[in-house]
Amino acid sequence: MQVIEADVIIVGAGGAGLRTAIAVAEADPKLSIALLSKVYPMRSHTCAAEGGAAGVIKSNDNLEYHFHDTVSGGDWLTDQDAVDLFVNEIPKELLRMEHWGCPWSRETSGNVAVRPFGGMKIMRTWFAADKTGFHMLHTLFQTSIKYPSVKRFDEYYTVDLLTDDGACYGCTAIEMRTGQMRQFRGKAIVICSGGAGKIFPFTTNGAVKTGDGMAMAYRAGVPLKDMEFVQYHPTGLPGSGILLTEACRGEGGYLLNKDGYRYLQDYGLGPETPTPVLKAMELGPRDQLSQAFWHEQKKGRTIPTKWGDVVHLDLRHLGEKKIDERLPLIRELSAKYVDSDPVTTLVPVRPVVHYMMGGIHTDIHAATPLNGLYAAGECACVSINGANRLGSNSLGELLVFGARAGRGAAEYAKKGLTAPSERLDALAADSEARVKAWFQRTQATDRVPDLKKRLTTAMEDGCGIYRDEATIKAACDIIVDVRERFKNVALEDKSSVYNTDLYQTLEMDAMIEVAQTVAVSALERRESRGAHQRLDHVKRDDEAFLKHSMAHYNPNGEPRIDYLDVVITKSKPAERVYGARAGGQSAA
Amino acid sequence: MSERTIELEVLRYRPEQDQEPFFQTYKVPCEEEWVVLDALNYVKEEMDRTLSYRWSCHMFVCGSCGMMIDGEPKLACKAFLKDYPTGKIRVEPLSNFPIERDLVVVLDDFVEKLESVKPYIIPKEERTVEQGEYLQTPAQLKAFKQYTLCINCLCCYAVCPQYGLDESFVGPAALALAHRYNMDSRDLGRAARDDVVAAAEGIWHCSFVGACSQVCPKDVDPAGAIQQAKFAHGIDYLTSFLPGGKR
Ligand SMILES: Cc1cc2nc3c(=O)[nH]c(=O)nc-3n(C[C@H](O)[C@H](O)[C@H](O)COP(=O)(O)OP(=O)(O)OC[C@H]3O[C@@H](n4cnc5c(N)ncnc54)[C@H](O)[C@@H]3O)c2cc1C
Repeated sequence: MQVIEADVIIVGAGGAGLRTAIAVAEADPKLSIALLSKVYPMRSHTCAAEGGAAGVIKSNDNLEYHFHDTVSGGDWLTDQDAVDLFVNEIPKELLRMEHWGCPWSRETSGNVAVRPFGGMKIMRTWFAADKTGFHMLHTLFQTSIKYPSVKRFDEYYTVDLLTDDGACYGCTAIEMRTGQMRQFRGKAIVICSGGAGKIFPFTTNGAVKTGDGMAMAYRAGVPLKDMEFVQYHPTGLPGSGILLTEACRGEGGYLLNKDGYRYLQDYGLGPETPTPVLKAMELGPRDQLSQAFWHEQKKGRTIPTKWGDVVHLDLRHLGEKKIDERLPLIRELSAKYVDSDPVTTLVPVRPVVHYMMGGIHTDIHAATPLNGLYAAGECACVSINGANRLGSNSLGELLVFGARAGRGAAEYAKKGLTAPSERLDALAADSEARVKAWFQRTQATDRVPDLKKRLTTAMEDGCGIYRDEATIKAACDIIVDVRERFKNVALEDKSSVYNTDLYQTLEMDAMIEVAQTVAVSALERRESRGAHQRLDHVKRDDEAFLKHSMAHYNPNGEPRIDYLDVVITKSKPAERVYGARAGGQSAA
Repeated sequence: MSERTIELEVLRYRPEQDQEPFFQTYKVPCEEEWVVLDALNYVKEEMDRTLSYRWSCHMFVCGSCGMMIDGEPKLACKAFLKDYPTGKIRVEPLSNFPIERDLVVVLDDFVEKLESVKPYIIPKEERTVEQGEYLQTPAQLKAFKQYTLCINCLCCYAVCPQYGLDESFVGPAALALAHRYNMDSRDLGRAARDDVVAAAEGIWHCSFVGACSQVCPKDVDPAGAIQQAKFAHGIDYLTSFLPGGKR
């Protein structure tokens, strides 16, 4: 097997991976960097982010406000030391993006403009119309080209980490165009492989978001943290699951039930006002908005459609000019996909799986417990998102912690630690054998697409917006069954060149691991907090559960769950307050 | 429900086993609202695991699923079945690119071209974070904003007659990207880009057929960008004769 060496190996070239690569290159141009991605960098799902990235920049704002919004938004499951440095570093990161050419939307003065976002007390979300992630991704990708030490391996599918005696020394990856496996040896490894929304059937996440990196780290012994916290975004298009950004509501959009009533006022978020008020009504946090939909549905006040029940997003009063200037993609997507031009028509929407708050356990330096292994972006859990991420915090997170991972990995790589090459060769050979086994199997009793449907349906039924012991247990049982049956699948495509049957099978392998950590962590957390709502344990229980769930890999069965204390520095756990009592200002 | 069966005629080519590309037809039961990508995904999941194509976001923004649909380069996620009333749709890999496998084309040439135009801000002097943001008015932003919208789907290369004839041509998307940076008020890198942009294979190679702009799914108008760039170079050439000019 061909061996490729680099000082720092980065798995994933989305926003987080690219930011990491630039940070390594800037920390020390002499360090060689291998940047691996299963898709060309600009295809990474960061491109889909629409609304914006939060960072304190305006004189009416301050870091404390951003800190408190994030901590209470996360229902106090956030680590406050992490949030502190996050809110402090993000404005600088966003300015760097500005210097690198990101086409931020502007005020007439020429300063960057900000827009309101859910759960934020002050308008602080930087945006580039409604294609913020797209512009950030392309800006980072294009900027990365200027650093000669960044060597890209586009369309390389990473399979396994190479670990020995508590440290990580590389990975195996398949060059997709030839099907050849390569051994990548590095002195530090950073995983930036993104989220895992595809473990659910109805999601805003693209095809690439299958949790591969989470599964790799987990199998290598790194715990996955707070996996039960899955964010439902309140406004997805029925059928496709395409997102209509929270900025729709930031700009003043309403959510209406079947009677044309702004139902959020019935869920502690009111009173209704004609123009948006920060932290109230449609600018409440995502967990509470998605939960309100669930209650409306139970009350029979949603609208049935072929693609499931919906409510309506009303943007008509914003007018064509504002919609075209601020939300052009939203207009295009709604018109094309559900035949509803928001300028004149109500747009049907329903909650949709959007974001994993949990992920690979790291400290504030983006380091995992495995020496030499770092993680950043959506695949990681630092944690700044706690039990519920605030919209527009994750684009910032991938910059701040991507940069930290890059600096940390650069520093670590200089130690120059390596493992005996025979040992790495043996590990790589095991990894290759694991892949070859898929090719060798001839008799299949199960098919990957069928198992995927079974798995994702179980997740929706058992780990949805509201959960209870029985539904979660049912999901856990199905996952165990799917895992068993997965042993009986065989590749139908035995070729080498760009074999997507193989990659979808490897992705399924990862999805099973990740889904199992979500379900088992959800089962064990017998309280309700943020995005994890238990019908059989309706209260938040700080006594027992002001703790991070840590799911540890167990080769013989379901993950072992233990707990880690939350870091609390200055904000004592309290009630989350939205609506009139939050005293938010007008965002008109 | 509102189902309809379409005949999807897909160009297949697996270099390890096929002498040459051939068409394979799938009869796909489709929902009315579907796009061509949904039909391909149905084939992949239910009918034929060996079909390969690229896709990810399913929302017109990642640029993965550019392909020829009934002879025109389109995003498969933006090609709605209702716009193909005959119920027969032919899907092929993007023209003007080598086929890697089935609908997957080799992108190396484009990626090299994109890198060659120095697509990043080249400032007069590095600005520090402490200095804050560059001021850029909405009008200054507008001067280049349209050219930032390219998703690299390569539909434009698939229709470009110049690129079809001579692949040394830098081509629409890469030239539009160079123009995007040249027009950005934060950038002073135009001269550095000129050895690629203003070379024989650069803007002067474009014959201004404008097909690229017609097929662009994001309305980037690369032909317009190239025209503007040519015009700017024309002005440079003329002013070089004025007193104080470079000549
Ligand atoms: C529709 C949508 C809208 C959003 N809007 C916002 C917003 O407005 N504001 C906000 O803050 N956040 C938003 N988010 C969230 C945010 O966009 C993501 O959390 C963030 O972009 C993730 O970035 P990432 O770099 O971690 O992962 P990604 O961009 O998903 O990149 C992952 C990378 O890992 C690579 N990879 C994965 N597996 C492998 C493997 N096995 N081998 C090799 N490479 C691999 C992929 O190829 C890819 O390059 C949105 C998310 C979605 C889905």
